[in-house]
This record gives sequence, structure tokens and C-alpha cells, in this order.
Amino acid sequence: MRKFIALTLACLLVLTAFAGCSSSSGTASSAPASESAAASTDSGAASEAPASGDNVVRIGVFEPATGDSGPGGKQETLGMQYANKETPTVDIGGTTYTVELVYADNGSDSAKAPTAASDLVSKDVALVLGSYGSGVSMAGGPVFDEAGLAAIGVTCTNPGVTAGNDYYFRICFLDNFQAQVLSSFAQEKFSAQKAYCLGELGNEYDQGLIAYFEQTFGGEVIKDSFPTNTSDFTTYLNKAVAEQVDVIFCPVSIAYSTQIVKLAADMGLEIPLLGSDTLDSNMVLEAAAGSNVQLYVSTFYQEGGSPEFDEGIKAWLNEDATAMTNNGGNDTIAAVTAMGYDAYYVALEALKAAGSIDPAAVKAALPDVTYTGVSGAIAFDDQGDAIRDTAYIKTADNANTAWKLEKVQTAE
Amino acid sequence: MLQEKRNRSGMIAVVGLTLALLALVLVLENTIKPTHMIFIVLKKSAVYALVASSMNLLNGFTGLFSLGQAGFMLLGAYTYSILTIPVESRESVYYIYGGSAIKFSLPELFGGGGVGLVLGVLVALILGGCVAALVAWLIGLPVLRLKSDYLAIATLGFGEIIRAVFQWDKLGPITNGANALKNFPTFSSFNIENADGQVVLRLSAFVPMLLAAVCIGILLLLINSSYGRAFKAIREDEIAAEAMGINLAKHKRLAFCISSFFTGVGGGMFAMFANQAQAKNFVTSMTYEILLIVVIGGIGSISGSCIASFLYVAASEWWLRFLDSEAYIGDFKVPLLRTGFRMVVFSVIIMIVVLFFRRGLMGDKELPDLFRMLRSRKTRKEAAK
Amino acid sequence: MQYYLSIILSGISLGGQYALIAIGYTMVYGILRLINFAHGDVFMVAGLMLVYLSAWLPLPVSLPLMLLLTAALGFLIERAAYKPLRSAPRMSSMISAIGVSYLLQNLATYVTGGLPQMYPKIPFLSDTVVIAGVSTKWVTIITPFLVLALVIALTQLINHSKVGMAMRAVAKDFETSQLMGIKINSVISATFIIGSFLAGLGSMLYFTNYQSIVPLSGALPGLRAFVAAVFGGIGSIPGAVVGAFIIGISETVIKGSDWSVFSDAFTFALLIIILVVKPTGLFGEKTTDKV
Repeated sequence: MRKFIALTLACLLVLTAFAGCSSSSGTASSAPASESAAASTDSGAASEAPASGDNVVRIGVFEPATGDSGPGGKQETLGMQYANKETPTVDIGGTTYTVELVYADNGSDSAKAPTAASDLVSKDVALVLGSYGSGVSMAGGPVFDEAGLAAIGVTCTNPGVTAGNDYYFRICFLDNFQAQVLSSFAQEKFSAQKAYCLGELGNEYDQGLIAYFEQTFGGEVIKDSFPTNTSDFTTYLNKAVAEQVDVIFCPVSIAYSTQIVKLAADMGLEIPLLGSDTLDSNMVLEAAAGSNVQLYVSTFYQEGGSPEFDEGIKAWLNEDATAMTNNGGNDTIAAVTAMGYDAYYVALEALKAAGSIDPAAVKAALPDVTYTGVSGAIAFDDQGDAIRDTAYIKTADNANTAWKLEKVQTAE
Repeated sequence: MLQEKRNRSGMIAVVGLTLALLALVLVLENTIKPTHMIFIVLKKSAVYALVASSMNLLNGFTGLFSLGQAGFMLLGAYTYSILTIPVESRESVYYIYGGSAIKFSLPELFGGGGVGLVLGVLVALILGGCVAALVAWLIGLPVLRLKSDYLAIATLGFGEIIRAVFQWDKLGPITNGANALKNFPTFSSFNIENADGQVVLRLSAFVPMLLAAVCIGILLLLINSSYGRAFKAIREDEIAAEAMGINLAKHKRLAFCISSFFTGVGGGMFAMFANQAQAKNFVTSMTYEILLIVVIGGIGSISGSCIASFLYVAASEWWLRFLDSEAYIGDFKVPLLRTGFRMVVFSVIIMIVVLFFRRGLMGDKELPDLFRMLRSRKTRKEAAK
Repeated sequence: MQYYLSIILSGISLGGQYALIAIGYTMVYGILRLINFAHGDVFMVAGLMLVYLSAWLPLPVSLPLMLLLTAALGFLIERAAYKPLRSAPRMSSMISAIGVSYLLQNLATYVTGGLPQMYPKIPFLSDTVVIAGVSTKWVTIITPFLVLALVIALTQLINHSKVGMAMRAVAKDFETSQLMGIKINSVISATFIIGSFLAGLGSMLYFTNYQSIVPLSGALPGLRAFVAAVFGGIGSIPGAVVGAFIIGISETVIKGSDWSVFSDAFTFALLIIILVVKPTGLFGEKTTDKV
């Protein structure tokens, strides 16, 4: 008897679940006109969707909202949401389309990324933006490749993302460039001879940057890796102090970097900390607030680069409580947000150039798209990577809890 | 005699059902839109079904509570991918280490093309299983002497150790350190294309289903053999089993190695599904996921594990996804819906199953048993009339 | 010299924090023969609770309230997830524990939105102190003493109070103690309440040191504390404490060496070795299976 109850329960689950999915994904695939209100629509587009009728173009947002890249993914999504709010429509081949952002959470987990990617594919998006974090992009890439759907990487800096994948493009610089910028900065600014590199064990982003840093850094490099979910970094920092290194390079994700920076602040660490684009987050800034930590990060955008954008997005953040929380509780603009904003406009340009919302046409048009965004000029090379030769190096102004531009570094 | 006949008819029914299912997938795949979510869910659940079934062999049939599944999957996935990455793309995959230490690729060794692909992939998968089984044999020597929870903890620890070893950058030229192994043949490589690169026959969901079905079939044959009966005897009572002349150490080791073999094959298939192999994916929570599948399906039921893995994957990755985004009914904003809610609902469902349906969907029955139960009930009713 | 001192210091304080978690594991295992996988997550939830409570209550109120709520959470988990399974095979309750851990993690992800939360500064504990040239927080110094005091109090409780006696009786023989009129459910609840209370205290010390909390924060300390409990001989409180200090110190020493990649692996290797060589741990009692 019990078994039959169990089976009925399971069947019930299946049925309700089917009902659920048919209301959310069913509309996406078959009939946009009969779009039911329960469909998973963006909060902004929900009220406008019925008004603009059939002309909806969907852009997939393939970003982590949970997991260790969650905070970064959310900030990147904010840029797209703001851009979508600013420009909710696009003219494609003479017709005005409403742009709808469709989200799929890849959970910062490359084992879950393929299904999240398929979810976007099955929702008939015209192209995909994302993801924050290279591992998930590489895991989702082949799915987009197979479906013939173009994806624009926003801040996934690992070379493997676009290599061997015709459908993946990206608008940011690459790890080797970033590591080179930082290593030459370390040598110029601090005349560093000895560097301590700390990364998460088994994280391709951290380890890749460290490997490139080691290649380009002239002096001695000490490398260390900590296991996932570590929160005790005391020993590592003490080791760096004991080894009398000149700089510490820690290209780790936001969750770890807040802890490392916080600890450095508490310890009164005198060695400068160098970080990659992930550390450019107001959460890291808060962790350093009021201390003497010297923190330098390389990044894509410096606040003040486009006053108009800064003002607009700050106003939006202060208005929208959810957005504010997702940004870490204050209105400092992360570079990834600016990149997300630019990515959205690159996507619109691609749609315009394609003159249709057919993924194949969009993909064909994408390589020739050029756009000058808030983070600089964007154009793609043969590989699908952005042609970029500048990175901003920012330093934390701990008295005012703000980022200060240190220098604009170009690769030689 | 009668028993045997029944068994045979049950067997035929199961084989028929599996074949029908495979045929259905093949037809669906080539008729409806290939990007539909069902296919990716099928692929993943085929992989999970295999891993869950082999975990069931150990936990459900032999009564050895092992939590090392993720570690064995990792072994299988890495063996598979290291052996099958095409030579020309090794440079770009192992870009940090300036190329791989292993200079051949199985599909190319077998002459490339369709035949090479099939042979190479099969051999690599089997070798992946063998590596996992070999390691299982080695760690089984000390670990299998432990009892229930202690065994669970020791195998859990083993999984963590394996992961750290594979992430060690000194082994980089072989394991690619922290970086993912990719560009190897995946399920989509089995799609048959014509000269223009257009897909003529889509096999990407059929292949994993077929592989899983064959492996699970072998597992079932094993369970129904005299070895299987010995395993069950060990589960029921170790001491009594020993008294009946069953060599405990030998049978435990056998079950552990066979289970690890198929877990390793499953790991290789997982790499094919995920398009990459990276040590950081094979964490303890993956073992827990598989354990939950086994529990939901019913400990000691292979068909339960298969059904549960489909339900589990489909619910967590597909059906419940709408819970993650904000939704409106008219102007009314549905409360609670936001990122992460899907997993909360999902874990509540799991807790309900664990607490109130302790025996899972199938208990320790298999599908043929259920058919038989229904049939006998019907005949009884008719007799009553 | 300074470097080694700093390593030993952080090792001892880490060990102390693990000890507080390990006690919870060991007590529950001693009585129920259940590995409470959710214990590490209770620890994490305790940390999150203080983050949210301190946002609208002053610390002197929110701290005790957090400890109280954590104890209540432990009690609730036992009643909801373990009690219904008491007659079921041991594997079922272990799976239920895994389920609870999964639920707590997902709930934490949902509530925090996946963003790391900053632990509030606790006056005095968070202040910096300099010992022999090594700057550290007061909490590092206090932890071992606090742990020692708590363990003494706890052993007194177990050896001399009525509840303690009942706990020992239940741990020895479940059925017989039931026959002797011990209210088994209340004894088990007491165990969970004490364990969770200590986990709450541990979380206070731990997160004062390492301030950001993510949903998986409890997983690793929890697992290590469990290893410590097994190492010391599961079921034995002094064993858990000694084990925790050994694990804590060896972990920091390895992190400080050139083999830092294997710091976790070493912990587990140690576990496997001790299990194989002496399955009952350092201080565990030997039990024999009767047919």
C-alpha cells in the first residue's frame, strides 16, 4: 500500500512539474503570442510584453547566481539588467522588438552548466551573454556550439573559452594579458624580486593566471594552493611574510578574496596585494576599509570612465533594493557590471547587423560587430576574442572606501 | 522450475521495455527539436542511472556503505579524457604545460573515422573502468575490513585524496592540473553527418542510453547469478554468510571492484556529457546526489535507481527551474520565487521522501516484480468473481 | 621563529574551534550511532543567524539569542529528521542527515542570495593583540582556554549529573536503558541541544577569526571536526578534543610547508590510517560484536 502512495506521490510530482514547465518553457518554444502571465519573464518586461505583441527577442543570460561565483555573476547581470532597462527595444530589419532577458543559473558549477545552457537553448534565445567564470563557460560552450547559438563571454578570461569553439566570442581581455600587466606592474612599481602566489586548488582561473604570472615575472615565485572552502588564510599570509616577498598575487574568487583582504587588514600586512579582475568588487573594498592594506587590482573599467553611465546606474541601484543587495549593499560600480552593460549593447548591435533574430544570422554577423562601450572599443579577432590592449590598475583608497585609478597599463 | 519460468518472462519484459525505450529515444531525437531539454536530461540521467545502479550493487545488495563514488568517477573521467583527446588539440588543452606527456589518442590509434571513434571511445571507457577497479582493489585491501559508517567515512576521505592528487600541478602534463580536459569525443560526436556537416542521424541521446542499458544489464545478470546471491547473503548477515561457506573478504572485494568499475565507466560517460573533465566537479556533494538517487529509487532496486535518476535530474535541472525566476500571475507577484528557491523546494521534496517513503519508489522490488504483483492481483480478483 | 609561533598559534586556535564542533559529533554518535552530517551546517547557520540578528539587535542581546536559537535548531532537526527514523536501519538516518545538510545549505543560499555575509565584530574578541612579535586576535588566545573550561564542565555534567548518567547509560545500551525507565527521547534531545549550543559557540569563535560566511562555510570545518572525533575515538569527549587539536595543528603545519596542496588530503589520509590501525580511535572503547 505504502508503495502505491509513494508512486502516486511521484506521479503527482511529475504532473505538477510538467504543468509548471509547460507554463514556463512551453510558451518559449511554441507560441509567444499566447504568452501566459506565469511565464518566467523579466520584471521590467512583464508588463510591457503583451503591449508589444509578437515582437520579442530573447537574450539568454548564462550567469551564476549561486555558488562561489554567485556574487560576481550577479554584478555582471546587473549591468545587463540596467542596459535592458535603459534600452528595452531594438530595431531589427525595420521592426521594433522588445528585448527580453532569459536567465539560467549555472550555479558556478561546470557539472550543472550544460543543463543550464540547454535550458537557454530550448527557450529559443537569439544569442547568449555570459558567463562570469571561465569554467562554466567552457562547459556550456559545446552546448551552444552544437545548437548553433552564438555566445558572448563577458568576463571569462581563460583562453580555453573561445579556443576551438566557433560560437563563443568574448569582449574582455585574456588571462595571459592580465597576468603580464600585473607582473610588469609589480616590477615597475615595487621593483619586486620575489612574489608569493596564492590560488584555489583546482580552479583553472586562479591557477591559469598564476602560471602566466610566473612565466612573465622576472624574479622568484613561490606558489601555494588552498583547498576549496578554506577560510583560514592565516598560515598562508604568515608564510608570505616569513619568506619576505615583495608582493602577494592572489587572483581568487570574491568569496575568498574578501577573507584574504580582511585578514590582511587585521594583521596589518605591509606587503602589497595584487589581484585580478575578480577582486574588483565593492565587497573586497569593504573588507579593506579603514586599514592600511595596499591592494591593487587589474580590471576592465574604472568608475568615471563614462560619467553618464555611472550616474544612471547609481540612480537605478539606489532606487531598486534588490539590485542594491545584489551589488553588495552599496552603489560602487564593479567593472563586471560595466562589462555586462557593454555586452548587452554588443548583443543589440549584433542583432541589428544580422537584421533578423535567427541565431545563425546573428552568429554570422557577430564577428564584424564593433562597438564603443563604456569600457572601451570592442572588436573581435579571428578567434572571437576582443582586441584589447589596455587594462586599468586600481588601488583601494581605504580611508574613503573607494577605488582610485593607479594607472592605465598597456601590454608591450 | 516455475520460478525460473517467471524470471525468464520478467527478463523478456524488461529487455523488451528497454529496447522500446531506446527506439523511442532514437525516433524522438530525429523528429522533434534536438535542442529540447528532454535530451540533455536523458543524457545526464543515463549517466547517473549507471552510477546509481553500481552504487546500489554495493550499498543495496552487498550492504557495504561506500561514499567514494565521486573519486571513482573522477578516475574514469580522467582516464577516458586523457586517452581520447585528439593529438592535434593537446597543445591547446594543455596550454599551461606546453603539451601533454601522453602523445597518442585512442580513436586515432584505431584508424580514426567512425570505426576508430566507436572503438576508441569504448576501449577508453573500459580502461577508465579498469583503472577505477584497480584503485578500488588497492584501497579495498585495508578499507574493506571496516564496518558500516567507518567504511563510509574512509571512502569519503579517499575521494578527497584522489581529487587533491589530480589537482596537483606537478602532475600537470598528465592531468592538466587545475585546468579542464576537453575537446575529446562527446555524445554529440556520434551524430552521423553527411559530407556538408549536416546531421543525418542524431544519436547523441541514444548512445549514452545504450551504453548505460548494456552496463546495467550486465549488473543485473551479475545480481541474479550465484555471486549476486552471495552478496545478498552478506548484506543480510555477514556471520551467517560466512558460516554458509561464503568467502567474505573475496566477495566484498569483488563487489567493491565491480561497482567501482561501472562507476568508472559512468565517470567517463559523465565527462562525455559535461564536455569536459575537471577534478573540482567530482566533489562529495556529487556522491550525495547519487546516494539520494539510490534512496529515492529504493535501496536494493536497480530499476528504482534508473527511474529515480531520471526523476531526480529532470526535477532538479528542468521542471523546477521556473522556481528560480520571478513570476507574475496577472499583476500579482508570486512570493518567494527567486534564485535558489528551486533547490530549497527540491531538498524539501527529498526530505519528504527520505522521511515518509523510506523504502523509496520501488523498495527492493524490480519492475517485473511489480508487473507480477499487478497480474496476480488481477487474477485473484477474477477468481473472486 | 615568529613564523613558527604564528603557525602554532593559529593551529591551536583552529584546533579549539574544531573541538567545539567535534564534541557535538562525538556525543551524538556515542548515543545514536549516527554521523550527524548536518552538524557542520548547523555551525554555519549559527554564524548566519548572528549576522542577521546583530543587524537589528545589539550584540549583548543577539549573542545569547543566537546560542539559544542554534540549540533550538539542533533540537528541531533531531525531532523532525532523526526521531521518525529511530527504528529504521542506521543507513536511513545517515541519509536523512545528508538530506538535512543539503536542505540547510540550500536554504542558506536562498536567504543570503549566494552573497558572502560579513560576520559582525565582537568587541574584545576581535581586538588585535601582539605576542612575541606576532599580531593576532584575542580570540586566538582565548579559544584553547575556553575549550578547556567547557570540556571540564561538560565532563562534570556527564559524570555527575542525572542527565549525564542517563546519557552514558543510553550510549552503553539503548534498549536496556529504555527498560530501566530512562526517557530516551529527552536524553537524545539534551544531547542535540548541548551539541548545537557548542557548535554555536564554536561558530562565534571561528567566524570572528574568518569573517565571511558562505553557505558552504560549515562543510569543511564540519568534516574536519568529524575526522577529529573519529581520530580521538568516537564517543569520547576528551578524545574528540585531543583529536581536534592534533588535526588543527597538523593542518596548519602542512599548510605552512611546501605540501600545502595536500593539507586536506593529509587529514583524510590520517583518518584512513587510524581507522585501519586502530578503528576505535585513540581513546575509544573496544566493542565486540555478539552473534
